[in-house]
Amino acid sequence: MTVQPLSSAVAKSTGQEQGDPAGAGPPAPARTDAAPRPAGSRLRRTVRENLVAYLFLAAGVLCFALFSWYPIVRGALLGFQQVTFAQPAQWVGLDNFQRLIDDPLFLTAWKNTGYFTLLALVFGFAAPFVTAVVLNELRHGRSYLRMTVYLPVMLPPIVTMLLWRWFYDPGPGLFNNVLEVFHLPAQQWLESENLAMVSLVLVSTWANMGTTTLIYLAALGGIPGELYEAAELDGASIRQRLWHVTIPQMRFILMITLLLQVIGTMQVFVEPFVLTGGGPDDATVTVLLLLYRYAFVYNDFGLASAMSTLLFVVLGLFAGVYLRLTRTKG
Amino acid sequence: MNGLPGISRRQVLGSATAVALSLALTACGGSPSSSSGVDKNGVVTISVNGMPAKTQPVDRKNFMEDVKAFEKSHPKIRIDAREGQMDPKTFAAKLAGGQLEDVYYVYFTDPAGLIQRRQAADISKYVADVPFSKDIDPALLKVFKDADGKTYGLPTGNYSLGLLYNRALFKKAGLDPDKPPTSWEEVRTAAKKISALGDGTVGYADYSKNNQGGWHLTSWIYSMGGDVATQQNGTWKAAFDSDAGHKALQALHDMRWTDNSMGTRQLLEIADVQKMMGAGKLGMYMAGPDNIPTIVKQFERSYEDYGLAALPGTATLGGGDGFMFNPKASPEKIKAGLTWVQWKYLRGPEREAVDSKRAKKDGVPIGLPQPRLFTGAAQAETDRIRAQYANTPVKNYQPFVDRNAQVETKVEPPNAQQLYTILDGVMQSVLTKKDADIDQLLKDAAKKADAVLATVK
Repeated sequence: MTVQPLSSAVAKSTGQEQGDPAGAGPPAPARTDAAPRPAGSRLRRTVRENLVAYLFLAAGVLCFALFSWYPIVRGALLGFQQVTFAQPAQWVGLDNFQRLIDDPLFLTAWKNTGYFTLLALVFGFAAPFVTAVVLNELRHGRSYLRMTVYLPVMLPPIVTMLLWRWFYDPGPGLFNNVLEVFHLPAQQWLESENLAMVSLVLVSTWANMGTTTLIYLAALGGIPGELYEAAELDGASIRQRLWHVTIPQMRFILMITLLLQVIGTMQVFVEPFVLTGGGPDDATVTVLLLLYRYAFVYNDFGLASAMSTLLFVVLGLFAGVYLRLTRTKG
Repeated sequence: MNGLPGISRRQVLGSATAVALSLALTACGGSPSSSSGVDKNGVVTISVNGMPAKTQPVDRKNFMEDVKAFEKSHPKIRIDAREGQMDPKTFAAKLAGGQLEDVYYVYFTDPAGLIQRRQAADISKYVADVPFSKDIDPALLKVFKDADGKTYGLPTGNYSLGLLYNRALFKKAGLDPDKPPTSWEEVRTAAKKISALGDGTVGYADYSKNNQGGWHLTSWIYSMGGDVATQQNGTWKAAFDSDAGHKALQALHDMRWTDNSMGTRQLLEIADVQKMMGAGKLGMYMAGPDNIPTIVKQFERSYEDYGLAALPGTATLGGGDGFMFNPKASPEKIKAGLTWVQWKYLRGPEREAVDSKRAKKDGVPIGLPQPRLFTGAAQAETDRIRAQYANTPVKNYQPFVDRNAQVETKVEPPNAQQLYTILDGVMQSVLTKKDADIDQLLKDAAKKADAVLATVK
């Protein structure tokens, strides 16, 4: 059994397969035997027939345009300007991008962000999948455990950070107390250059894995039981069932969550902002933290916009390449 | 394709949407206010912020009383009072959207950048007419001036960093709370004794996060006789890769790693350290007098618990607050705004008498050694009134008063926030890495700082 590609499902639901090139209305009537009509009256009729739909569409388009597309375009333009908001903006070409590259923290921030994303994939991508598979296998207490896994998502991010700051406190913190019980040396979780980023990834994984786990659980519930029964009859082990049944069945959802996770983790901000401030020794300065400093500490919106445009381009390229690769392989 | 030849339905829809969008955006776009703000009766209305939040009911009540009294004595001026202050997170958006107040509150860290970006009005020609403007300490006024001597705002409060300490812990550690340290060696000795009390007690703590580490390291370097940036032939250069810079970092390193008197948790910021002080777990930290009421109020402590000494060494970092004016404000609004700022904050002894009398009645602390905005007779009279109404243990601040006059108060370097970011990293390295190479750290940081300072106009 193969998973139906999303694009095909969307195409069906929007009527594209029935000859409506815009895909925005009811299926077009057959016109092969109709007498040709003047183009203007046909347009008027089409508009009249779809007026209510256009009005509904216009409200959505307007909201998106005002609150999403316009800020994106304006933000991109600011990247090529020197702005103070008191004087008219001046076009400065690629100056802001040159200044970005000249900033000694620019490369550090990208490296750190890449490292965080990589670690988040190792921990954050595997953890919810494994948790979902285990929860799915449980006979008792599944609802309770599912709620427990989801609980951190309901905590406000700042509360999560403060809680983990106590966990990581090198003095009375929870983790070092646990290590002490096992006669292990205390660690400088956030104060050590080597451990700081790993510590932030753990916080991020703990705080965010609940949602992904629920998505995986739902997907697991949708896998037909007879596939497992057939595999068992063929003598497949748990590992083989996971590898040959579960993962192929969840391939589509895993690909989507991987894409979303990379896009999300590349924009990591709250964890370093609250827990480390980018330290120690710039070991946790991320792209978004640097962007925040440009905009709200140095008040340099041109530089901040240039950075955000760059991030947008990088993420866009990544998403494009990723979708192309996965589509080709699919 | 159906529809008009050459025009598809999508194109028609696209054009319609674009037109609708243009109309909507035109309607939403803010236009710069060109109005003078004067109505037909000659009354000018100015928006001012700095109004205390509802969570500070006494301060808010007093502020509103002042607004009423001001409007009564100045019938041609109306005050549109608002909460808040200059917040870098919202400032640009408010300015761009025409929502910025005509008169806005700033910290001393803000004016240099605001002046450079022309986000504040030039008030030079109106300042001379402001009563008491000649009595304002020129060093504080300089914060609001550009290189050509033009004035863009007025100071209304100031502080210089000193050493805030817990008197009870001093006593417990066998130290005399009336004779706090006057040198960094004495600070080190006292910190060792306090941290030896155990039970998580920290002798001395300092910041190293969110630019606050760089801010305090600047003060450390000043106190060691050095500078963070100096101007040579019109060009600014980093100056902290020096003997003073080295001494400051070595002292911090030794307290952290040799004496273990700075605790194990680092990457601290002001809220963390105030919490430690409020919990009675910290001996000393670098702070201005305004930290005392914050800790007392927030952690329900007594004023008797805390003492304040001047910062050891030859100089300290000074800061404060004041008001600047919207660059789009009309001359009438600027004049009215100056009248308000002078009446509310810069009335010299007359203002002090009103505030002190009222503060004593409300149980608000009086007697802290700062702010000290004026020079000469105006300040002497202000001090006399403040002493008359004092309700805090003034003797606990005597070590600060006695020595602070001998300690030079220096202002922040240009492009302060960018430099603080760089120095934050240095502070973090020294406090989190036992084997930190101080020489290399200073050298690398100076190279980065030179690049930042090269942009100073």
